[in-house]
Amino acid sequence: MAEFNLPQNSRLVEGKAWPKPAGAKNVAEFKIYRWNPDDTANPRTDTYYVDRNDCGPMVLDALIWIKNKVDPTLTFRRSCREGICGSCAMNMDGKNGLACTTGIDECGSKGKVAIYPLPHMPVIKDLVPDLTRFYAQHASIEPWLKTTTPAPEKEWRQAKDDREKLDGLYECILCACCSTSCPSYWWNGDRYLGPAALLQAYRWLIDSRDEATGERLDDLEDPFRLYRCHTIMNCANACPKGLNPAKAIAEVKKMMVARQV
Amino acid sequence: MQSNSSMRTPLGRVRGLGSAKSGTGHFWLQRVTAVSNLILAIIFVFVVISLVGKPYPAAVATLGNPFIAILALLFILSACVHMRLGMQVVIEDYVHTEGLKILAVIANTFFAIAIGAASAFAVLKLSFGG
Repeated sequence: MAEFNLPQNSRLVEGKAWPKPAGAKNVAEFKIYRWNPDDTANPRTDTYYVDRNDCGPMVLDALIWIKNKVDPTLTFRRSCREGICGSCAMNMDGKNGLACTTGIDECGSKGKVAIYPLPHMPVIKDLVPDLTRFYAQHASIEPWLKTTTPAPEKEWRQAKDDREKLDGLYECILCACCSTSCPSYWWNGDRYLGPAALLQAYRWLIDSRDEATGERLDDLEDPFRLYRCHTIMNCANACPKGLNPAKAIAEVKKMMVARQV
Repeated sequence: MQSNSSMRTPLGRVRGLGSAKSGTGHFWLQRVTAVSNLILAIIFVFVVISLVGKPYPAAVATLGNPFIAILALLFILSACVHMRLGMQVVIEDYVHTEGLKILAVIANTFFAIAIGAASAFAVLKLSFGG
């Protein structure tokens, strides 16, 4: 059955409360998930206090502030700090997003900022999830132009309105916010490709230059790979780039029906 | 069924047994029966309301009308097909033990057919004079 309870050794316990910064007047409280693979302890939530007057406005600024000034063992991924690399995807205040584009003020609904790794993924350490399967799912939809016609001397040509069909699809940064917010992906992520991979599948299905549309549809037509999407719509709600994977999946289903009916 | 070996590559695991190359029929039939349920359920509700407080012979007379009897049979068929498809999706979503899942899917089919047959028998019995 689907697991609704965490295994005993994964249950969260209350962790350490780190001291408040001395003399700080504007303090924000952060409750952050910690788990270390090198010891046998259960995961815990540590409490940190951040001096807002000494720290940038985004959640990522606070995490870097904590790592620099309070606890250097706090582990998280980050790179571009401007919402284009997708590294700092995590669950903040109960919602998936990028720490670098999420304001601290946006996620204090309970008087403190709760930060967890992306849901329902194996955790490597602290806020770092293992996205191996997620990337393999992206690879499985073969996200590149496939043609049989010999390559033209110059570029493959595409009409302007055909190019516009890729808007809202090509911008995906593979941060995994959508797939890890999807309950259907939680329960059946081993067989369901998830919203991110399916959005990319549609990006190639709708590309006017691609000649493998039929094969691509064949590969997706499966009760689990595609049809586990039950239009829950968490994906569209979670996407930090404002994309709508649920709509892309609906378009794929329409293509499936169109070639049969 | 599938190898759970940790030595298998992530792509190999994702590809698994390959695409079933089906599922669209299931998806489409669920939408078609949703539309037919909507129409037939409205008619069914009107028929039931028209019989509220009336005696047994009135029910027999109403279902004796071939149009009403046929619509009732169609509603049973449409609702049972829709119920079976929907329940199968729920089972596939939540039951992950392979043997239990197959048993549940079979039991679901039997249940839908049994309910459909019993309902159809009741309608036919009434429409042919109780």
